[in-house]
Amino acid sequence: MTDKRMTADEVAAEISDGMTIGIGGWGSRRKPMALVRALLRTPVKDLTVVSYGGPDVGLLCAAGKVARVVFGFVTLDSVPLDPWFGRAREAGQIAVTEYDEGMFCAALSAAAQRLPFLPTRAGLGSDVPRFSPELRTVRSPYDDEEELLAVPALNVDVSLVHLNRVDSRGNAQYLGPDPYFDDLFCLAAKKSFVSAEKVVATADLTAAGPVQTLLLNRGMVDGVVEAPRGAHFTTAVPDYGRDERFQRHYVACAKDLDRWPGFVDRFLSGDERTYLSEVDRFELEAA
Amino acid sequence: MNVSRAEIVVGALAELFRGDGPIVASPIGFLPTLGARLARLTFEPDLLLSDGEAYLVDVDGEIEGWQPYRKMLEVIVPHGRRHVVMGASQIDRWGNQNISAIGDHARPAKQLLGVRGAPGNTANHRTSYWIPRHSKRAFVDAVDVVSGVGYDNAAKAGLRFHDVYRVVTNLGVFDFATPSHSMRAVSLHPGVTAEEVAAATSFELDCSGASVTPEPTAEQLRLIREVLDPKSLRDKEVPA
Repeated sequence: MTDKRMTADEVAAEISDGMTIGIGGWGSRRKPMALVRALLRTPVKDLTVVSYGGPDVGLLCAAGKVARVVFGFVTLDSVPLDPWFGRAREAGQIAVTEYDEGMFCAALSAAAQRLPFLPTRAGLGSDVPRFSPELRTVRSPYDDEEELLAVPALNVDVSLVHLNRVDSRGNAQYLGPDPYFDDLFCLAAKKSFVSAEKVVATADLTAAGPVQTLLLNRGMVDGVVEAPRGAHFTTAVPDYGRDERFQRHYVACAKDLDRWPGFVDRFLSGDERTYLSEVDRFELEAA
Repeated sequence: MNVSRAEIVVGALAELFRGDGPIVASPIGFLPTLGARLARLTFEPDLLLSDGEAYLVDVDGEIEGWQPYRKMLEVIVPHGRRHVVMGASQIDRWGNQNISAIGDHARPAKQLLGVRGAPGNTANHRTSYWIPRHSKRAFVDAVDVVSGVGYDNAAKAGLRFHDVYRVVTNLGVFDFATPSHSMRAVSLHPGVTAEEVAAATSFELDCSGASVTPEPTAEQLRLIREVLDPKSLRDKEVPA
């Protein structure tokens, strides 16, 4: 059986300039932050980022790696707005494709099903089609003749997701209340990489939770990374909740350009081990 | 009994759900959540309450259903048995709402949340808005980004399930039940004048037929004060 274990840096090396990358999770929830941090350590640029956006989008914007964001929102949940995404938008540094949340889901579903589009009502009458003039409508061929939005497939080069458990072959499991859209991200991508809190034996997957929690099968996954606290500072319940204090620190530093280089030096300039030990030190200092 | 402005507002937010029956109430924010729970505890016992995350919960917090985001977007919203109460950074006379960005969308003066689920919500099911500070900045002639669809745009797009129901603010309750679907006042909160509303609204807003927003009943006041919000957090959002 293929052992797909690899390092976060090896995953990051799969991503090259100009690629479209999908990032799983939702807002500040179960984001593959360790993989995003690995991406920050590479010289890659001009990415199109497809995300139910949170601090993943903010950090990639801060590092100047983003050419375009495809999104329905960017939020840190307990903090409504991400300062770096706001700054990049207000400075005109990035292009955006702004979709309704449901359109976004339809676009990933179309890609997952190898369909050119899926019809939806979401988006009609709003400014979404005005800002994306490439969008077309489609008319029902049945008696109702309803005109609907034809949401084009959102095909992705590489998807990054973080789950709670995975085996070395790529069978992966979420243990929290919401799978988000991580399976769709993987199905919409040419290559998919999953990090997890823990790599376990296949038999342990069904011991930890009901079979319905097995969101990804190994046919959907190209690489597996063991990344304990790999979603930090977003939630990965039940393993841990959001690190609200650290998230507030990120926001405070992101809002203040004088403080930002210090944040980068301390947390983002070393490897993942350094990141986690600095996070522990930050926790002790704040306690 | 001395009833605060915040308590009047919670009562008005509860009234949004009157007659809804067993549909999913999705109140966004603290006061709309109080309103939905008050409705659930009094006149709409069958209302389904979302916890804002993955569960449907009874008023005592007991989980009665699973509703992760994927199910929300693929099933609950398109199926239409839902009533959302969203916020609005801007709203216009036809009920177009903006939570996306202020200014030119290509390079906004202020990036807000993004359109989120507003286009899909307004295309599919009943939508109301809660605006804690009624002001000319919020009540504008034209929104910068149409996130939630108003009546003029819904008619052009042929949205057959469009239903922007009401707007509740710190000054009053408003709807679109005029022949042209322009906004009008249903009621003004006790002590609020039509002049006050006009001074806080960029467009002409008809207050001629407005009644006075009713006070919550004694039982509702007890529930607000003793059960739902004993710490009076409501007063932080709507000062007396």
